[in-house]
Amino acid sequence: MLRRSGWVPGMPGAGLWLWVLVLGLMPTLAMAQDTAPSGAEGANAEVITAAADVVAVVEEAGTINTGDTAWMLVASALVLLMTPGLAFFYGGLVRRKNILSVLMQCFVCMGLVTVLWALVGFSLAFGSDTLGGFIGNPADFLFLNGVEFDKPWPGLTISGQLFMIFQCMFAVITPALIIGAFAERMKFSAFCAFTAAWVLIVYCPVAHWVWGGAEGFFGLGADGALDFAGGTVIHVNAGIAALVACIMLGKRQGYPDGISPPHQLPFAVLGAGLLWFGWFGFNAGSAGAATDQAVRAFVVTHIATAAAAMTWAAIEWVLPTVNGHGGRPTMLGTITGAVAGLVAITPASGFVGPMGALGVGFGASVLSYVFVAKVKPLAGYDDSLDVFGVHGVSGLWGAIAAGIWAVPGYGIDGAGGLLAGNPVQVVIQLKAILYTVVYSAVVSMVLLKVVDVIFGLRAEQHEERVGLDLTEHAEVAYTVLD
Amino acid sequence: MKYIIAVIQPERVHDVLDQLEAKGIHLVTTSTVKGRGRQKGLTHQYRGLKSTSTLIEKVKLEIAVNDEYLETAVEAIETGACTEQIGDGKIFVTDLEQCIRIRTGERGSAAIG
Repeated sequence: MLRRSGWVPGMPGAGLWLWVLVLGLMPTLAMAQDTAPSGAEGANAEVITAAADVVAVVEEAGTINTGDTAWMLVASALVLLMTPGLAFFYGGLVRRKNILSVLMQCFVCMGLVTVLWALVGFSLAFGSDTLGGFIGNPADFLFLNGVEFDKPWPGLTISGQLFMIFQCMFAVITPALIIGAFAERMKFSAFCAFTAAWVLIVYCPVAHWVWGGAEGFFGLGADGALDFAGGTVIHVNAGIAALVACIMLGKRQGYPDGISPPHQLPFAVLGAGLLWFGWFGFNAGSAGAATDQAVRAFVVTHIATAAAAMTWAAIEWVLPTVNGHGGRPTMLGTITGAVAGLVAITPASGFVGPMGALGVGFGASVLSYVFVAKVKPLAGYDDSLDVFGVHGVSGLWGAIAAGIWAVPGYGIDGAGGLLAGNPVQVVIQLKAILYTVVYSAVVSMVLLKVVDVIFGLRAEQHEERVGLDLTEHAEVAYTVLD
Repeated sequence: MKYIIAVIQPERVHDVLDQLEAKGIHLVTTSTVKGRGRQKGLTHQYRGLKSTSTLIEKVKLEIAVNDEYLETAVEAIETGACTEQIGDGKIFVTDLEQCIRIRTGERGSAAIG
């Protein structure tokens, strides 16, 4: 029999409380340990928004570096692997009748978004300012004209084409994240139309504001907002769109009591493992080069994720959830925490130290747990796989955390974050979040409305009952015999 | 000839099979089934949310026996499956009209063994 209330020394709970206590102290530790960076880091201080910043000034710019090229090729492939990883993460969590529809939607993101990106998307995100900095000029790199294989991208030591394909992988995974919110009930045609429109009309502008060198009203990157690898551009953006989408589509039939639990948790674990692995390309690759900053991003990504995974498991363990007995640390909770940690460290990864990363990971799991386990049931919306609760909430937290824990050498004029005595950085972070949240919410809503009128967003009731694998794709994942 | 259908806890299957084997009853067919009874549901937790499944996984055993083996088989199942907890399961016994061994075409009692 499990503990009924409180804890008894010597029982499993005791160690957990210690762990929770240690993590709780992280903010203090972080302040003490994240000291000023070396001179080498200072030299890179202008590179505020990392990989994507076309206005960044790096000394070695002008020539292509083979080491940087090798790393960024690998990093691009790593980021691509995240989308199939996400597919299995999501696919394992849905019911058996819908797994192929989720895998299919993820693969469609890899196909459809890549084509759009090559045709015009890259230009919309990274072309010169148009409409007062709102979006990149679509004519600049239309059909990838003018993106060179043998000339460095401005501010970097890798070619324009390599920069383009690295960024392409980010554009692929962002709409794929949203899939979890409307899983098991959205019509496939509506999904394709929404994804295509969303990438061009929501993702590309926001990427342009933060990374594309936008100036003026939309110039979040130019303002000094810290978003190393895509906290606002990717996770807040997708998380908010996901929240809007699941509210507009409505609940799945039978939600919450009539929905069966995840049909294949080992798939979800496999997917989470691939995400963790691929995320090294996502974050460390966002340095744009094989530098000390890439190593920093790699290290803190791993540490924040580890802390977040353990935090979520610890929360489940100490909270009484099952019939008044003590809770159990679950596999699903652990991987959910890991993903929350990965999301949260993303915007901060190039800027914070290893102890700051512990704080980022700890906060991510606490906040996401509260949203997933408490707020969502109270609010009553059916975010099928908790895209908002995990990506949205941890993305918001990470964007703020970057402003808290950034070490001196980064942030506005290299002054670091709140804990380095630069509270203004948090304000700038909030501004970037506000722009992204408002824009993503409003435009996603309009796009969904338009798609609803043209295609209809939701599968028919009967189709939803039978499952989207059979009704939308005419195949099944698991045959009855053999 | 009798036909025994027993629905038991999955974790007791090996004990029941051992008991049957010890009594010389080799023939048995098993399947995984889902059902509900007095045990009600099992509660799982998913991302902090409770989920109670009303159908619980059980194992169904089907055994055809000649009349003189009936009590032996039933006792073996009871011995192997009983934990005195709700959810231990049930044993049903019905008359068996015919039994045919496909390989040889034998009929009746001879075909069972």
